[in-house]
Amino acid sequence: MSNNMSFFSGFQPHDLLFMAEAAGQTLLISVLSISTGTVFGIIFGWMLQSGNWVVRAILGTVLDVFRSVPLLIQLVLFFNFFPIMGWPLEPFAAGTFVLSLYTASLVAQVARGGIEAVGKPMRRAARSLGMSYWQDMRYVVWPIGLRAVFPAWVGVALGVMKDSALVSVLGYVELLRASQILITRTQEPFIILAVAGAFYFVLSYPLSKYSQKLEERWAS
Amino acid sequence: MIEIKGLHKYFGDLHVLKGIDLNVAKGEVLSVIGSSGSGKSTLLYCINGLEEIQKGAVIVDGVDVHAKGTDVNKLRQNLGMVFQQWNSFPHLTALENVALAPQIVKKHSKTDALEIAAKQLKHVGLGDKLNVYPNSLSGGQQQRLAIARALAMEPEYMLFDEATSALDPELVGEVLETMRMLAEEGMTMICVTHEMGFARDVSDRVAYFHQGIMEEIGPPEQIFGEAQSEHTRKFLANVR
Repeated sequence: MSNNMSFFSGFQPHDLLFMAEAAGQTLLISVLSISTGTVFGIIFGWMLQSGNWVVRAILGTVLDVFRSVPLLIQLVLFFNFFPIMGWPLEPFAAGTFVLSLYTASLVAQVARGGIEAVGKPMRRAARSLGMSYWQDMRYVVWPIGLRAVFPAWVGVALGVMKDSALVSVLGYVELLRASQILITRTQEPFIILAVAGAFYFVLSYPLSKYSQKLEERWAS
Repeated sequence: MIEIKGLHKYFGDLHVLKGIDLNVAKGEVLSVIGSSGSGKSTLLYCINGLEEIQKGAVIVDGVDVHAKGTDVNKLRQNLGMVFQQWNSFPHLTALENVALAPQIVKKHSKTDALEIAAKQLKHVGLGDKLNVYPNSLSGGQQQRLAIARALAMEPEYMLFDEATSALDPELVGEVLETMRMLAEEGMTMICVTHEMGFARDVSDRVAYFHQGIMEEIGPPEQIFGEAQSEHTRKFLANVR
């Protein structure tokens, strides 16, 4: 009864459900951003590797900006830019867009490294067998390069998932934002942050475990 | 027949090949010798179009390799190449390494491609290594794998670019033996090599390259016995 009377109340079982839902939102925005960002990152990485100097110079600079400017600043700038222009934007859309671009800028360098990991002699050997440029890319460069940079990509993906917490500043209720809401109500930061940390771990663990499995399989 | 006419090749300002004229007939084995930087490896790359040329022409069975509109991917199927570095595809087994190009380039069914691959691997003496990954093969075995991989495209010509130079001395023999076997089977071969024994015993003709020029060409008895050119004699004296 007293719980209903007070403005503050302790951490309750249904709060866990609230956090689980928020973790789902974190997962959603992360999966969307990482997959979109990875697709574009691979394309950008290929352009960085095989484009002419104009492409490399322009794209390289643009991607450097997204890699270097703190994500928090990018999010706030982008989120506020559109309403000023008269098109209000949902926090979710703005967050997904900025996170995807950020991911792409990181993945581009990883992808470029992957292509470069397959040396010119190997690619000439493939071409000497009569493979076309794209057959060489698909059957030789992709599988060899992927194995070389997969751990780096996993690092990017896990990093972006944790960085998705920053989307909370736009008001999007993901795991961190949900935790803040609960902390304000319960005044129990330790337990709630510990639970939030556990959720982040649960989200990350399958990917890191899966990548470990893949690497073991490739090594054999 | 491979016809090379007035071939010039530059890397930037560096004039690597200075007007090469050379014909290689079907069934012939030509060894190309000369010191490093003489342009002999570059010649091979120009023959299968892995390097562009600046002047002259390379014509393989009547097809101008460097002409616009030439399908180099098709042409290269007929020009097998083995490199100094064996370049095995590390993610594929020996069998898959050899079967890949027949399957994706020649569009053979997977079963057929694997069959061709097994046949070629047996041919080069790797019949017991079909399902082994390259990293557990020796350098000599990987180079024979590379030979099998090229042969699987059923080329009429084979280009060898210092195929034994990167090998440990005790592994050179098995690769030379495989090359010798191909020569005996009547394969048309151009072998850039530092193995003078091979050049002398196996080739129909030997060409000596010196600073981008084909200084001398002739049967092995001529080159190794009574070379006309001062440069050739000097080179061979230093090699032996």
